[in-house]
Formats: sequence, C-alpha cells, structure tokens
Amino acid sequence: MRFSTLKLAIGAATATALTLGTIAGAAAQKSGGTLNFVVGSKIPSYDAHVETTFGMIHPIAPFYSLLIRVNPDAPATNDFVCDVCEGDVDKGADGGKLFTFKIRKGLKFHNGAPLNANDVVASYNKIIFPPKGVASSRKSFYRMVESVAATDDHTVVFKLKFPSGAFIPALASPFNFIYSKADLEKNGLTWHKTNINGSGPFVFVEHQPGAFVSGKKFAGYHHKGRPYLDGFRAIAAPKMAARVQAIEGDRASIEFRGFPPKQRDALVKVLGDKITVQESDWNCVLMATPNQKKKPFDDARVRRALSLSIDRWGGSKYLSKIAIVKTVGGVVFPGHPLAATEAELTKIAGYGKDLKANRAEARRLLKEAGQENLSLVLNNRAVDQPYKVVGTWLLDQYKKIGIKATQQVNPSSVFYDILRKKQDFDVSIDFNCQSVINPIADVSKFLPGGGANYSGSKDKKLVEMYDALLRAPTEAEQRKLVRQYEKRVLDTEATHAITLWWYKINPHRSYVKGWKIAPSHYLGQQLDQVWLDK
Amino acid sequence: MLQYVLKRLLLMIPTILGAAFIIFFILRVVPGDVCELKLGGDGGHYDPVQVEICQKNLGIDRPVYEQFGKFVVGIFTFDYGNSMDTGKPVTHEIGLRFQLSLQIAIMATLVTIIIAIPLGTISAVYQNSWIDYIVRTVSIAGIALPSFWLGILLLLFLLNFSDWMWGIRWSPPLIYKPIWEDPYHNVSQLIWPAVATGYRYSAVATRMTRSSMLEVLREDYVRTARAKGLLEKLIINRHALKNALLPVVTVIGIEFAFLMGGLVVTEQVFNLNGLGQLLVHSVTGKDYTMTQAIVMIIVLVFVFTNFMVDILYAWLDPRIRYS
Repeated sequence: MRFSTLKLAIGAATATALTLGTIAGAAAQKSGGTLNFVVGSKIPSYDAHVETTFGMIHPIAPFYSLLIRVNPDAPATNDFVCDVCEGDVDKGADGGKLFTFKIRKGLKFHNGAPLNANDVVASYNKIIFPPKGVASSRKSFYRMVESVAATDDHTVVFKLKFPSGAFIPALASPFNFIYSKADLEKNGLTWHKTNINGSGPFVFVEHQPGAFVSGKKFAGYHHKGRPYLDGFRAIAAPKMAARVQAIEGDRASIEFRGFPPKQRDALVKVLGDKITVQESDWNCVLMATPNQKKKPFDDARVRRALSLSIDRWGGSKYLSKIAIVKTVGGVVFPGHPLAATEAELTKIAGYGKDLKANRAEARRLLKEAGQENLSLVLNNRAVDQPYKVVGTWLLDQYKKIGIKATQQVNPSSVFYDILRKKQDFDVSIDFNCQSVINPIADVSKFLPGGGANYSGSKDKKLVEMYDALLRAPTEAEQRKLVRQYEKRVLDTEATHAITLWWYKINPHRSYVKGWKIAPSHYLGQQLDQVWLDK
Repeated sequence: MLQYVLKRLLLMIPTILGAAFIIFFILRVVPGDVCELKLGGDGGHYDPVQVEICQKNLGIDRPVYEQFGKFVVGIFTFDYGNSMDTGKPVTHEIGLRFQLSLQIAIMATLVTIIIAIPLGTISAVYQNSWIDYIVRTVSIAGIALPSFWLGILLLLFLLNFSDWMWGIRWSPPLIYKPIWEDPYHNVSQLIWPAVATGYRYSAVATRMTRSSMLEVLREDYVRTARAKGLLEKLIINRHALKNALLPVVTVIGIEFAFLMGGLVVTEQVFNLNGLGQLLVHSVTGKDYTMTQAIVMIIVLVFVFTNFMVDILYAWLDPRIRYS
C-alpha cells in the first residue's frame, strides 16, 4: 500500500496540460486579487458530508480543511498529503489495520475556536457512524473502519476491521470537511447544511442563492504563505453558453468542471494566448447496462453481443471531437496501476481491434440466442454532454449488428426513476463518476446488491471476488484480482458495457496560475494554491 | 364601481384554488423526487438508505392528501415552507429573485409603452404610407424573433463590437446589484434583457395599437368630431387614442404578468438570477415546495394584473362599470 508513492501514470500519460498559452510553473507566485469562477450547478446545502455534487464542492470547499487531501500541486497523481495533519500520510501499522495522524498545533476555525484531534474525530464519526436518521452519503466507503478515536488533543487513530487499499483514498475524499466538534454538539448534526464555520484558506463572506458565493482570505490559514488570493467569487451560471461567454468577456476566469471540445476551440480561437487549456482523463465513465430482469437480456450471449457491437477504439478517435469522452478503458480508471493495459483490454469481448470479427461474433451470438431480430429501447438522460451524444452513438453501434434500437431521452428525475426504482428498461445508460481515484471502492459499482448496480445481476461469484479484492494486501494481488473481476463484469457475464471514459477540458484565462487539472472535478478545489498573474 | 370591484375580487378566489389544485397534482405525476436527484444525480456514489432518510426528513414519504392539506393551509397562512432542495425558506429564496424579475418587467414595459403607443398611433394615422410600412416591418420582425435569440445576438454583438472598438471583449456583468446600490452596474446588466424582451413585447403592442386605432378612427364619433372642425391632434389624442387603448392595456397587462415568471430562456441567456430561472431549477430538481410557491406567485400576479386591467377598463370605458 504505497499510497503516497502511487505516482500514477495517469499524471504523465493522460493529464497532459496542453499549453496553448502559458502554464503556471517557474514564475514566482503573486499575492492578491479576486478569482471569479463560474459554476454550472447549484448548491443544495453546505454540508459536504451529505451532498454529492460539484455544485457544492466548488464554491464551499475553499472554506474548509480536510484531514488529508490529494496533493493540490500534483492532483493528477494519487499523492496524498496532510492538510490538518502533519508529516507524511501514515502507511499503517498492525498489518495495515491501524492508522495514526498527528494534528498540527495552533489550528483555528474561522470563528476563532481552536481545531484539534477531537474535531477531526467528531467529523469522521459523523461521516462513518452517523446516528439514525442523519444522512451521510459516503458512509459505505468506510466499511473497513472499526473506530475513530483521539488518543490526545493532537493524535487521531483509525482502527480498521481488516486492512484495505481503499481506506486512504476514501479518507482523502474532498467531501470530508472538518467540522468543529463544538458546533456539532451545540447546534446539532444538521447545522452545517445552512451554516459555514471552517478552517480552510478562505472565510465565508456571502451567499446569494442562485447568484454567487464569496469568500475572503483567512489570515490564520495553516499552510504558510497561502492562500495567495485575497478572495474568490463563485458565480452561478447554469447554462454552458453563459459560462463560456463569462470567460470570453472576462467576467469569470475559469470554470472547473470542464467544457466540450467545441467550446474549447471557440475560446482558443477568440482569445488566443489569453486562454490556457488543461486537459486530463476524467474519473467518470458511461456504460450501457442491460436489464437482466427482462428477456432476452437475462441471456449472457445477448449482453455480450451488445458489448461486441461497440467500436470503442473508433469512438475514441471520432466521438472525442464532439463529446467529453475519449479514453478506452475497463472497470478501473485508465492509467492507474490497477487498470488494464491495452494488451489486457483487447482480450475482453468488445475491446478487440478487429471490429469486423467482433461484430460477426455478436451476430453469431444473437442468432444462437434466437434474437436475430432483437429490438430495444435505450433509457437515456436528457443531458447533452455526454449522455445524449453517447446514447445516439450507441444506437448506431447496435444497428450495425442488426438490432432495432431506439432511444428514450428522459429528464433526470424520470431517468433515475426508471433506472433505480421501476427498473423496467431494456438497456439504460449508466455511469460511475467518482472523486479520488480509489479503484477498489469505485469498482463496487458493479457489485450485485451493492446499491449502485442496476443490471439486476445476482452473480454471487462476483461478490466473492470483490470480497477477496477488498482484503488483498498487495498491489500485485489487487491487480490480479481486478483483472478477474473485470473479465467477469465485462466479458463472461457482460453485466455492463463500458463505453468510453470521460475527458476533462478546462480552458481558463492564462493569468490564472497554480491550479492544476485533476482527474476529477471534485478535486483541488480549496484554491489555496491558486494565484493571479495580473 | 365598488360593486364592480368587489365582484372582480371574489372571482379571484376560485381561480387561485383551482391553480393550487392543478399544480400540486401535476408535479406529483412526474416520477422521481428531490432526494433521488440530490443524492445521486451527479452519477457519483448512490446510497438508497441515505435517500430514504432524506425522503423521511422532507416528508415526501407522507400520504399525498396530507401533503396537499399542508400546502393549502400554507397558501392561506402565507407559509410556503422551506425549499426541499436548499432547506431555506421559500419566501426568502423567491424574495431574492423577485426584485430582479420585477425590474426587468418594469424596464421592458417602459420600453414597450415608450415605443409601441406612439409608433402604433403614427402607423394608423399614416396608414399605407412609408412610415406605416417601416413600422409594420419592424413590428412583424419583433413578433417573429424569439427574445432569447435576440438576446444571444445582442451578447455576440457586444463581445465582438467591444473587441473591434477597444480590443477588449466586453459582456454584461453576471452578478445583480440593485439600482440604488450601483446604478451603472445595474443598468449595464439589465438593459440588454429588457431590450431583448421589450422589443418583442412592443412589437405586439404596436400591432395592437395600430389595428385598434384604425378601427376607432373609422367610428362615427370620430367622423362627427372631424365634421365639427376639431383639431386632428385633439381628435387623435383625446377621442381616438383613449378608446383605442382598451385592448392595448390588456396586452400590456398580460405581458407584464408573463414577464414576472416567464423569462425562463432569456434569463438563462443573460445568466440572470430571476424567478424564471428559479422555476426551471425547482421543476428539474423536483423541488415541490419551491415550484408550488413560484407558480402560485405567478398565478397571483396574473390574477392581480387582470384585476387591475379590469379596473382600468372601467375607468377608460364607463359603459363597462355601468353594465
């Protein structure tokens, strides 16, 4: 479990910072200025332990600290560094079942109250062991945790039930804001939904719902010399056209989620060297999930045929010109040491580079299953990028093997209702979109009974495989088990057909420095490293 | 007159109740709920147990009749509850947007009144002249052009024109500031949507003024006034225009009410934090309490505006109140 040394190839291989202007680097950081950025989603509440959206993370994360975080200066790696703790991130004792963190001394919340180990423990207890009726969206990430305790005012100890490679990445989730124990005890566990008292680089100033959130520099911030900015303003702009125009007109300097290729090209065309583009693979993937509760999708041959029809390598080349998808990959984020190599991928059904052979095999399987005249309806979400684009592409792929496929594009609420509750779809667009790259946790998406698998699969063998993976102590062992798991999900059982992994494109004003693209739109958002070269 | 006003006031009650009933049940026909979207809408981790907790906390799991009863009581006690999405009081959320929407509606209405009534009148008086043809062409173009599209063109024009003129690409401010706080900022943000919507709005009103004026100018009493040797200016302004304004007032009134919540797309184009945008968010986010409250406010604005139009009718045409 070499967490801090997992210098993922992701960084080098895929987080290519395509510099069309100049990128922050050698220049000395300048202090001052206000960063204006646009956010395409709204803030449901301020409580990160409950919420799941970047609409909350982007404007609110700068107000809070974390115990550990993905290195904001190298977010394309899984290099975990201390935030309120000090030194290196613990590699674990007692066979990987005991993790100790020393908390910095002299930390303060924005209201002046001291921050110590008890606040960290109270926050993690709220996340991992919430009382009945209190929501905690990522509670299930911490199934391996037995207890969290403070042995003194500056030491936090996590005791695990079993060692797990998924623990440290889960601990570094950008949603794990450190709250004040006193606030939780005095005001209750839901107080943070509507109130902010953090210890992050910026102090909350104002929130005008639907309009903006603003913050000013926290003089007592624990990372010396940071933040560089005097403040920031997160401006709500739900429509992409408005966000693009905001950057074009310099009303905002950056949008952290990402734009499609067309918008990137438009900005580069009009702004030239005033715009810098950073690009990276994205820890989000769309897949097509056949419904095993419905015939003929209960037949693995039919499901394999669906996957075999997809031209992933061709899609990567052409679809990436119009949509925010690009990389061919398996169940693990491409470029991660646990991800399949190209050679390994091509052995999986539907990933082979001989498209003709793939489709001939697909037709043969359909014939064998008596489904030569198969027709299906694809349940899709009425969101342009990349859902509708990928959905339309999939229809074309299915037609290539003689399937009569149509698409039903539904508003989000209806789409989710069909996917999760009614489960009466033929094939549905499905997705897995995570923050910290944590393959062992992320692949639980495919787990029958795991809460997020909508295929109707009851594959007990897969559950056994996952259980072994969760407990695998070494990276080599984890890798071997992931390959078996992947083969079962994508090939043998073909419960899900992964399309293409998303591709993140962040054009921003060239004077914005210090912000480095991460493989997730949830990461690197505390903004303490950002400065303006004006 | 008092009896007339009272009658109109009483007619408002069934309209409001009917609207409340329809909006409440239509919202619940569409599947899905706010918790599903909030806790799993981004494609990230989704935990059904957490969704159940959320539904329980918001009362979505309660029987529909119970929720409806609460809503109706809320209408009469002016308690619309908290937004299911943000947890903040609905009245607070609406209040923040109301000011902006009201200002655009007023600005667009002013643009309309200033443009439409004189142009419509001139067009009618000089029927089939070159002035009439120009006014008709411009007004037909206004009706044909969707205001959001005109808005997009305006924004593109501003970006490119400022680049050409000063080498800086300028776009209107994104954040709203009240006019008394920063008049320049306020006007430079809102003048563009007001022009974009006001153009369409004035085009409709111009056409209405013109046709109404043409009709009135052919009336016997106008001919009589002319036979009596009254000045043409006096005939137009005092006798013809006042009567011709009846349908124009109706159009302006309905359009004003529409602008309060109906500028959905234009608000998105200009990134305005108005009632229209809030309505769209609440509908797509399945925020029942917020959607119900906004729709009820729009209904109230419509009902009240119609009431005011009825009163104006009675003032403009005494026959209405006497009947």
